[in-house]
Order: sequence, then structure tokens, then C-alpha cells
Amino acid sequence: MNTPVLSAPTSRRNFLKLTGLAGGGFALAFYIRSGGQASAATAAGGDFSPNAFIRIAPSGVVTIVSKQPEMGQGVMTSLPMIIAEQLEVPWKSVSIEQGDFDTAKYGAQSAGGSNSTPNNYDNFHLLGATARTMLVEAAAQTWGVPAAECRAENATVIHSSGKKLTYGQLAAKAATLPVPAKDAVKLKEPKDFKLVGTRVPQVDSVKIATGQALFGSDIKLPGMSYAVYEKCPVFGGKVVSANVDQIKTLPGVKDAFVLEGTTDVKGLMPGVAIIADSTWSAFSARRQLKITWDEGKVAEQSWDGYVAKARADAAKPGARTLRKDGDVESALKGAAKVVEAEYLYPFISHANLEPQTTTAHWKDGKLELWSPTQIPTIAATMLKNVLKLETKDFTLHIIRAGGGFGRRISVDYLIEAAAIAQKVSGPVKLTWSREDDLRHDHYRPGGLHFLKGGVDAQGKVVAWKNHFFTFGQGGNPGSGGNLSGDEFPGRWIANYHAEQTMFDTGWPMGPWRSPGSCVFAWVFHSFIDELAHAGGRDPLELRLEILGDKNEMPAGGGGAQGKSGGAPYNTARMRNVLKFAAEKAGWGKKKFAKGSGAGLSFHFSHRGYFAQVAEVTVSKDGRLKVDRVVCGVDVGAQIVNPSGAEQQVEGSIVDGLGVLMTQELNIDRGRVVQSNFHDYPLIRITDSPTKIETHFLKTNYPTTGMGEPALPPAAPAICNAIFAATGKRVRQMPLTRTDLRWS
Amino acid sequence: MKYTLNVNGQSRTVDVAPETPMLWVLRDALELVGTKYGCGVGQCGACTIHLNGVPTRACMTPVSTVGRMKVTTIEGLAPSPTKLHPVQQAWCDLDVAQCGYCQAGQIMTAAALLKDNPKPTDDDIDGAMAGNICRCATYTRIRQGIKHAAGLTAGGKEVAQ
Repeated sequence: MNTPVLSAPTSRRNFLKLTGLAGGGFALAFYIRSGGQASAATAAGGDFSPNAFIRIAPSGVVTIVSKQPEMGQGVMTSLPMIIAEQLEVPWKSVSIEQGDFDTAKYGAQSAGGSNSTPNNYDNFHLLGATARTMLVEAAAQTWGVPAAECRAENATVIHSSGKKLTYGQLAAKAATLPVPAKDAVKLKEPKDFKLVGTRVPQVDSVKIATGQALFGSDIKLPGMSYAVYEKCPVFGGKVVSANVDQIKTLPGVKDAFVLEGTTDVKGLMPGVAIIADSTWSAFSARRQLKITWDEGKVAEQSWDGYVAKARADAAKPGARTLRKDGDVESALKGAAKVVEAEYLYPFISHANLEPQTTTAHWKDGKLELWSPTQIPTIAATMLKNVLKLETKDFTLHIIRAGGGFGRRISVDYLIEAAAIAQKVSGPVKLTWSREDDLRHDHYRPGGLHFLKGGVDAQGKVVAWKNHFFTFGQGGNPGSGGNLSGDEFPGRWIANYHAEQTMFDTGWPMGPWRSPGSCVFAWVFHSFIDELAHAGGRDPLELRLEILGDKNEMPAGGGGAQGKSGGAPYNTARMRNVLKFAAEKAGWGKKKFAKGSGAGLSFHFSHRGYFAQVAEVTVSKDGRLKVDRVVCGVDVGAQIVNPSGAEQQVEGSIVDGLGVLMTQELNIDRGRVVQSNFHDYPLIRITDSPTKIETHFLKTNYPTTGMGEPALPPAAPAICNAIFAATGKRVRQMPLTRTDLRWS
Repeated sequence: MKYTLNVNGQSRTVDVAPETPMLWVLRDALELVGTKYGCGVGQCGACTIHLNGVPTRACMTPVSTVGRMKVTTIEGLAPSPTKLHPVQQAWCDLDVAQCGYCQAGQIMTAAALLKDNPKPTDDDIDGAMAGNICRCATYTRIRQGIKHAAGLTAGGKEVAQ
């Protein structure tokens, strides 16, 4: 491969990395799930893929490979911490390397769905422990003593007599030993952990703080060109003609050409590429671009039109029944009080602060890519589908992403760079402008919910009806735009009817941090709050009543015919974490002046149980300040890195608040109206909550992920607090559409 | 056009169009990529550099306007190759960053704040940092980081990289 030119001086870690490459080390490659048959140096064959995560050089340098893409979720720190713990090596001496895309070598490499921790947790313990076991065996054989008389500590094996050998000294010997069977490997017990469970700063902290090259956009290769790519403002629009000949004459421009693209808006959109000698030359030339577009039929599609249609059709039967339990109409007729509400949320963008980028080099029929991608396997599929490239035809270097949030699960920008590179001599870096990023995202779909709920004379929820209008593309709802019949409170309310009607658009949609959950929790926990107030019930107490006494709620039922898309729900865990958060927040014990108040919510997603209490103050002129958010977290038995875990909670809550406050895209005649942060504002420090408290409730369940599940409860807890403070119910996102002034 | 600039205490000559923003001069011509592109219109602060010590948006600063002003980027903020600036040290100590993309801009703005106001209040911090967006929303730790850095500065503590 070509080595990117790093402008920064060699850091200590880089230095270690370089020295680690020299000499014959102990490359531990083995089968995670079997072990036993293959020797350490030659693992091959069988049903399992060989894996190589640990390298110990004779010099003693320990290198751990991080296979998962890093985008700020801290996985490049947390998963290697597990290996280092079991391996018994001091964290400060370990060098962490990002692995390239190679599933044959590493197994799945996917950063999405908060799955990195739960899918790798046990295996990573085993990886480290197996290596430690082999090093101990190597020492025992060297000394001619039983392995049971030896122990490992601080990258050294120590015999009961006091004799010592370092891992570096043992590396060559260990490399000749067979990999022990899984059963022969003894894992360290959690009570003996020295590293896992402690606060560890990200491995790239110093590089980030000193501005060293780290990100996809920082790649620079010898002879590299710079590309921009202009697509039709209307999704899927085609190029009729473009002044490429004129563009080619502009300063710094090397080439300009049209890419025909595909008809799939999530494939390769048609457009015009400009290749130049610098980013600025490319940006400048782009301003002279004159393109005639065939906008196509998508130009007939507008958000406002769909909203009007949804409102007109709300009372009609939905296109699809998601769940039907009991008799909702009779229950509503018999209810003491009925509440009816429309909830609406718009399309929003991921808006990673690093605009989309990829560097690609096409040479002799092979493609080399440097890309910030969350799920490189999707890149492989798309390279095959769009450019007919097989896995053997390309190399993909996974580069740190300047934010993910689900955006980099899509690979449109990577495919664009690859297609451009095939027409360019030498490597080429594609840089999207912020405007490209906002106008060509794969968006979180908007939606409307028409809800009717009934409570009896005791305030118990007896009926729940929802007609959900969602958005799709190509016949399927966008990511997160499909409501499961199992989504809470489906399964818990005796008379429940949920229907879904989809508008089929030409608008690209994609997963946005906790897809579906990020909006459904807001709608449903806001509406539960409405029902609590209608029935004169405390919002916490009513929620506990709805959750009921059962400990587990199976998935499915309610006419969903096993296609509910839901998951078994551990009601006991949710009850406990809800009570836990309420207790930490002092729920019901505080007195608030008018204009201030508290609200709560909870949500189960991505295998995690989360509950939040928000305290807010709304000034008389309607300005919101979130004073405090308390978050109760049950993600199982072990918090690997409390610093990283708390970061995810803090970031998720502020992200949820930011979306609630200001984020809104209008799609008019098939194109996004907003263009940059002046008309699509993101939350700033001034609106960030004064205080966020994260409390972990440790349980005996498997350890699960943190990237997403803290987000969904934030917006409803805050909106419920706004109601407690002002009596104003927020039924539309963003908050700028609701007048919060009070007197 | 050729411009001779004073960047991080070094004299650097570049040959670029006069209107080229400093952001792209730094990133493409000088290979100082710590300064980031986020919006190109002065809204996000990811490209914050110091011109004669004043935090400035590099994406809005044509190279032709810089002259002999002292340009400091994130790469030149640390007092020596072996010692971090207190704000950089605080960012590492408190594990402020998530994705890290905006943090060079955050650190440059925070460093300028502490130079003018060594003991900022919460309101001072929010006021000074309001122009810097963090999409990962690390604002809670940015506030803590600035206070921690203020303590490091006040204590005169030597911080080694």
C-alpha cells in the first residue's frame, strides 16, 4: 500500500508501532471459537476464520489490532482494553493499530447498532486469555516446571520461585506452541480486573489534541488530486449537459467529466466531477459549473404535500395493521377520558462535522481506498453492485471518521470516489462540501402519528390507537421508518390498535442513531404523559402500572404473525432502572416554581434499558434551559470504560436535545431547502444542559453497547418536563414550532 | 501568487491564488491538517486558528489578508515538542473528545479564552465557546476541560506529553 504522508512528527505510539514491525514476533493467529487444532503461527482451514489481534515482538512491544471502525464511540480503546486485561500487559505499553477491512482475518467489522461490545465482548476476553495462557506455557517449558506454578503479571511470567521472563523474551518460544482449546484457557474473573472498569482516555487523545493526521479527510498521498462532485439538487436527477470543457480551462483544474450514475438513489447518483490540484481549486471551479438537469419525477414530491395528505387520511384505515389487541373502539367509547393528538417530526440530517470524503487510487485494475466507513462490508457489496469489483479487486483502509451516527453505514461517497478514481491517473481525494452533505444525506425519515388514548375513572390506560404515516423509498420504509407492532406500549395495553401508511418517495433515507427509537420514544412517552395528566396520575406511577408485574414480555402476538420486528422485553430490568433513575433524581420530592419542572421517560433499544429524568426551566419569553438530566443505565454486568460510556450518555442526551430544539429539513419539489449551519443549526454549548448525571445499574446480564440507547429517552423526558413547567405540550419537532411563552 | 507566511514560528512560502482561504493553504499546501473543514462559512469553528493570538476562522480568511501576522495552528499550540499546552493536557486528562474532528477548533478557542481570562465562569465559557459546534455534543466535558486547564495554568504545573 501507499503510506499516507503524515505531516505531524512521529508520536511515541507511532514510534512504537514502527519498532514493532521489525523482527520476528509472536503473531497470535487462531480461531476464536475453536482453538486447539492449529498452531499459533499457522492457523488455517476449518469452518472458522483465522484472526490476528495480538502481536508481541521480541523487543517486548505489544500491539493490539482494533478491527472495528472508530468514529468517536471509543471502540478502538474499549475492545483492546479487554484483550490487555486478559493478557496481563500494562495499558501504557500497548500500541493500538487500526485493522484494514479483512473479514477473513478479523471476522465481522461493523460499527453500527451498538453491537461492537455485545458481539465481541466474550471473544475478546478469550483472545487475551489464550495468548496469556500460551506465554505462561512457554515460560513453564523453558524452566521445565508445571504451568500451574507460574503466573502472568505486567507482561512478565513469574514462577513461584521468583524466576521471571518477560513476554518479549518468551515471544519466539510461544510462537511455536499449539493454541490451547477454549476449555484449557482460564479467564480472569471480573473481581480481578485492573483495567476493565477503569476510566481510560481514548488511545488517540494526544493525536486529537495536537492536530495530527487521523481522519479520512486528512489523507494525503504522493501525486494525489482533489475532487468535488456535483449532483442534481433533486434526488436522482440526471445530467443533460454540463460546461465541462470550460471548467477544464480554469486554474488548477486537471479534468472534469460527467458520471452517468445509476437509477438507484442509494447507488451512484449522476453528477459532474471536477479534478483539481487542490481542494480550493476544485471548490472555486465548481462555482463556474453550469449544468442542465433532468430533474425527473421526484421533483413533484414535497414534504408539505405529504403532511397535508396524512392529515386528510388520518381517520381512514391505514395501509397495514401493525398490531391489534382487544377492541380499541369499544374501549375508547367506555373510557372516562379520551385524549387525541397529532405528533409530527421532520426529516433530519446526520450532519457529521467531517463532511463525507474518501480517497481512492485506481491502478492496474485494482482499487485502493481510504475511507471513514462504519460497515465496510456494505462498501464491498456496493463496489460489486455498482462497479462490478470483487473483494479481491480492492483494498479498503478503515480510517477514523469525524462522526458516524449511522451516516457512514451508507457508502455513497465511497462509491463516488471509486467511480471518479477509475477515470483519474493517480490517487484522488473526494471532498464533499457542507452543502453536499446536507442536501445529499441518507436522511432520518420524518413521520406523523395520529393518536387516540383512553383512560378509565382510575386513570388507567385502557385504549391506545395510532395511525402512523411514514416515508419510504423504493417500496420500503426508510431506516427507522417501520414501526414494530411490539414497540412499547404495544403488548402492554389490552386494547391496542396500530396501523401504518407509507408515502413512497424518491428520497434517500438511512439509519440515524437509534433508528426508529429516536422518534418513537419521543412520541409515545409524550403521549403517555398526556394520558397520565388526563387521568390525574403521577407520570412515574402510571408508567410502572403499564409495565405491570410480569418480568418478561415475549415478542410478537397481536396479529403481527411473528413479523413484529420486536424483541423480548425484560420488563423487570426496565422497572428497576426506571425506579433507580427516579430515585437518583429525587422524583416527586422536589418542589418547582412555575416555569420549572421535571419529566421522565424510559426506553429499551439496542439491548439496553435506559430511563431518564429531566429538569428544565422555561423563561416567560419561552426560552428553554435544561438544568439537569439524570440517566439510569442497565447495559448488563460490566462497564468496560466508564469514561467512554459516560461520554456516550452525555453526547446522546445533548444530541437528543439538539434534534428536539432546532433540527428540521424541508424537502420541497424533491430537493432539500436548507444548505448549511446557518439554516440548519446544530446545538451549541449555550443550550447544552447544565448538568448530566449518569448512573449505572449493574446487573447480571451480558454486557451490551452504549452508542445509541441513551438517546431515545432524552427528548420525551425534556418535553414532559416542559409540560410540567409551563402546561405547554410539545407535539411537533423541532421546538421552534411551539410557542413556549407563559405568564 | 507567492506568499511568505509566519506559521507556528516558521517562515513558510506558498504559491496559491490570493483568495485561497487559510484553511486550504494550511491543509493542502502546508500539510498542516489539524485545522478542519466543517462548513466553509464561519458557522462551526472547526477551522479556528490564531492570528496574532486572536481566534480566527481560517475558512473565511483569504491568504492575501494575512501578511506578516503570526499564524498559530493546533500543531503549533504546544510550547515544545515534549510539552502540551494546558488546554491540550486537560483535553487528554478528561478524555474530552469523542470523534475529535472539532476539537482542534475547540482547543484553539479555549486557549485564547484562557489567555484573556484565566479564571472564566460558566457564562464566560459558554460565551467564548458558542461559535464552536461539536456534533458529538461533548459540551459537558468541554466546560470541565476548560476549568481543569485553568487549574493547570494557575498551578503553573509542568505537563509532559
